[in-house]
Amino acid sequence: MNAGYVVRRLLQFLIVLWAAATINFILPRLAPGNPVRDRLVSQASQGGPLQEGIEAMVTSYNKQFGLDKPLYVQYGLYLEHVARLDFGYSISNYPNRVMHMIRQTLPWTMGLLFVSSAIAFVLGTILGALVTWSRASKFFKILIGPAMALSAVPQYLLGLVLLYVLAITFAVFPLSGGYAIGTIPHFNLSFTLDVLRHAFLPGLSIVLVGTGFWALGMRGMMITTKGEDYINFAEAKGLRDRRIFYSYAVRNAVLPQVTGFAINLGTIISGVVVVEVIFGYPGMGSLLFNAITGSDYFLIYGIVYVTVLVIGVATLLVDLLYPLLDPRITYRRA
Amino acid sequence: MAEIPIDITVTPGSGMAERTESRDRTAVQAIGAYFRRNPQVIIGLALIVVLLLIGLLGPLFVNTKHADPLSALPALSPSRTYPLGTDDQGRDLLAVMVAGLPDTLRIGFLAGAIGLGIGIILGFLSGYLGGPVDAVIRIMVDTLLTIPGLLILITVAASIKTFISVNIMALVIASLAWRQPTRIIRSQVLTMRERAYVQVARRSGMNTFEIIVRELLPNLFPFLAASFVGAVFGAILFSIGLEALGLGPQNQPTLGMTIYWALQFNALLRGMWWWWVPPIIVLVVLFFGLLLLTIGLDEIANPRLRRTA
Repeated sequence: MNAGYVVRRLLQFLIVLWAAATINFILPRLAPGNPVRDRLVSQASQGGPLQEGIEAMVTSYNKQFGLDKPLYVQYGLYLEHVARLDFGYSISNYPNRVMHMIRQTLPWTMGLLFVSSAIAFVLGTILGALVTWSRASKFFKILIGPAMALSAVPQYLLGLVLLYVLAITFAVFPLSGGYAIGTIPHFNLSFTLDVLRHAFLPGLSIVLVGTGFWALGMRGMMITTKGEDYINFAEAKGLRDRRIFYSYAVRNAVLPQVTGFAINLGTIISGVVVVEVIFGYPGMGSLLFNAITGSDYFLIYGIVYVTVLVIGVATLLVDLLYPLLDPRITYRRA
Repeated sequence: MAEIPIDITVTPGSGMAERTESRDRTAVQAIGAYFRRNPQVIIGLALIVVLLLIGLLGPLFVNTKHADPLSALPALSPSRTYPLGTDDQGRDLLAVMVAGLPDTLRIGFLAGAIGLGIGIILGFLSGYLGGPVDAVIRIMVDTLLTIPGLLILITVAASIKTFISVNIMALVIASLAWRQPTRIIRSQVLTMRERAYVQVARRSGMNTFEIIVRELLPNLFPFLAASFVGAVFGAILFSIGLEALGLGPQNQPTLGMTIYWALQFNALLRGMWWWWVPPIIVLVVLFFGLLLLTIGLDEIANPRLRRTA
């Protein structure tokens, strides 16, 4: 692999992180009102300190948070903090630091996200390839219809239906949460099974929608690939169907799927966030929802930034590992 | 790279006499053949038209004022007076549907149109000018395509939560809706720029603007249509996601906000299916219609897909 490409790709990654941090810096400063004053006023209306003290408190808090300094100084300080993943304190859960709360929920979200999207990717790619193969069972051709329809539905809407049918009407699966109430997270068999049972429905909604999506993409790529001259040539040579299918068509059609996986991670996690809210899953999506409800801006920005970071790293890894899959690509000069 | 079906009006062996008439007929035939190959386009269009009609004609039969809270007794199951029942805050849910559906569609179409507009401008600048302009736009699009869009929109929407309306929401979503159109249009402009008919136009003295408007845009039409449908699809998806998290228009009923309220008031556990099932059905029909359109339009953009038809 070419070093110039790696450098360029890393640079792009850093631009994403910088842009995300800058958006988080600018947005609250564009919005009308002073979050410190808003917070104090809303506390005052709930029987907090008296009205007269508020302006003095606003000034002193502004000073404490560095909000009285010139903008570029604030910006520099902000970038420095973000680089250390320091997003300050949560407003709604005051003594807790934002990063501490994110760290507790991150494994849940990442587990759900990566396991279920990997399953969906594999299932969908296989299904999409098989529907285009004349020797595959008719069963797959029938399956592609429902799979396509499912790919158009947001995961959380499907999740609502699954929740209603499989957790409320027939109580096969737990209603919400990541593990049974009253248990303490630790590693043993019964707890692991419990976690899997709780993750099943949210996972299923992601897998069902994702399978349809990847099947549709793979089907399109297979059809395009099958129009290529080297497939005609292989057929003319009299190669066996199975060999043409696996080594010629699938081998080439699967490459754009991998690129697609990297590009779509950002979209997939958007759905996962809302799925978590529906299932009360103890991940970053539910945390984000609570942060939105409680107007906990530091927490919102922290969660969004960490998500951008994680997705950025995953995309970067796929891009850097891609040449291993496709020997034609060496990333010389594009 | 996909060929552009400029041959759509030319059918070999068509009549020689009455030239214009036979040309018209073959064009009609070609369009007819296209629809026969792609019944999904008609079904998709039909589904969306039906939804549009519900929004347009519904107010003639249903008083949309009842979509406001406190216009009916709360939590009634469906009855003759309230065919879709009412919610906990006393909204007539049929009125919510009739009033909310056009708003949901408007967010999608508005954001999609803005996204396509920006996409056309950036795509042409990038594909036609090349050089540093192209490099900047390309890096911007490639970078932005990988970010988790909904989360960025959440930060924006959460910051302006108190004054989100249907139009502001469309603008917020449009801020990310131009990524795919720009990418698609740029790559098409790149392949078209060097085609023979563009060269001919250039030699015959057309200026860049004329070439873009009279030669490139018409040939880009299938791609523009596909990008537009894709942008609308994405915009509606974003809007429902934001609304389900409570970040939608606070004073206007939309389908996503209905789902948010249903979740907030535990409609699922309380067996109030009439609160959340109808909006889900309507949304699924909408997304399915858009998907069928996308698939059908893909066939124009990528003729190889015709092999399986």
